Amino acid sequence: MSEAVAENVAESGSGFVEDWSRDKQVFGVPWGKAMMWIFLLSDTFIFSCFLVGYMSVRIATTDPWPNPSEVFALSFGGDPIPLILIAIMTFILITSSGTMALAVNMGYRKNRKATFWLMVATAALGASFVGMQAFEWTKLIMDEGVRPWGNPMGAAQFGSSFFMITGFHGMHVSAGVIYLLVIANRVRNGFYERRGGNYEIVEIAGLYWHFVDLVWVFIFALFYLW
Amino acid sequence: MAAEGQQHPLKIYYIMWGALFILSGFSYATDFMDHGALRTFLILLFMFLKAGGIVFIFMHMGWERKALKVAILGPPVAILVLIWLMSYEGFYVEDKRIEVYGESTFVPVSPHHEAESTEH
Repeated sequence: MSEAVAENVAESGSGFVEDWSRDKQVFGVPWGKAMMWIFLLSDTFIFSCFLVGYMSVRIATTDPWPNPSEVFALSFGGDPIPLILIAIMTFILITSSGTMALAVNMGYRKNRKATFWLMVATAALGASFVGMQAFEWTKLIMDEGVRPWGNPMGAAQFGSSFFMITGFHGMHVSAGVIYLLVIANRVRNGFYERRGGNYEIVEIAGLYWHFVDLVWVFIFALFYLW
Repeated sequence: MAAEGQQHPLKIYYIMWGALFILSGFSYATDFMDHGALRTFLILLFMFLKAGGIVFIFMHMGWERKALKVAILGPPVAILVLIWLMSYEGFYVEDKRIEVYGESTFVPVSPHHEAESTEH
């Protein structure tokens, strides 16, 4: 049914006006995908509000802003390497984004085994990301004395912005890990095979996962590097 | 066929994946630069290149119909207005704080990473 609609829409070319004026499904994508995009749009606004709020308090404070490069440095016995843990977390998330993109592709090729294992790999990388974040938080709270209401290294707003933004992002990653494992398990046990072998759900789950990576790109640039 | 979903050659994903690694490497490298306009520009440049790659290639937005592109990518443009308003307000609040409370007397402490090493 949805295929027929998509084909119908496809016949009209890519015209923006035609899509809206044909009295049919506008976007020519499965409803689940359109809904995921709209959810991600709303999530974009939530994260934007957090990041703009962070910008606002960072501008408005008269106290010096702690230097993230030093705060998030990590020493492996020698001199502290700036931002090293954050860099590793960034690369882990990018790697997981790549495995997710391959999982989506394998899903459309109806290669269930590869899809399952690539999704499990993605979830495992996501879980290790959350683990490193937990380590980062512990270090910041226990060793550096950062609290949401103040810290010894500079403006009090540093802590509140940090915990709010990275906490909300970490929550998204954790939810994504659970989501991916649920879908991966259904791919494995043939749930979608019994429903006509449609693996669009893998792409929809992938959209969410790529979005989590996308948000991290902005957090990394605006909070850690700026 | 378009109705079969987003089916693309694997090569595209490998290229995008590699590009993300390289761009992230560049992003990390900006942390070793001196603060200034060039550093800020590069941070934002690499950020938008990575974001664009993720949205258009990995999330397949580049292959979607114009109606979906406009509906999803259009609204976030409004955030620019919020950024403008909040930065304007932020600078105003900072000025007022200095005017009323005076300059900051905060004495920052350097982060102590010795806690990580064994000799401590």
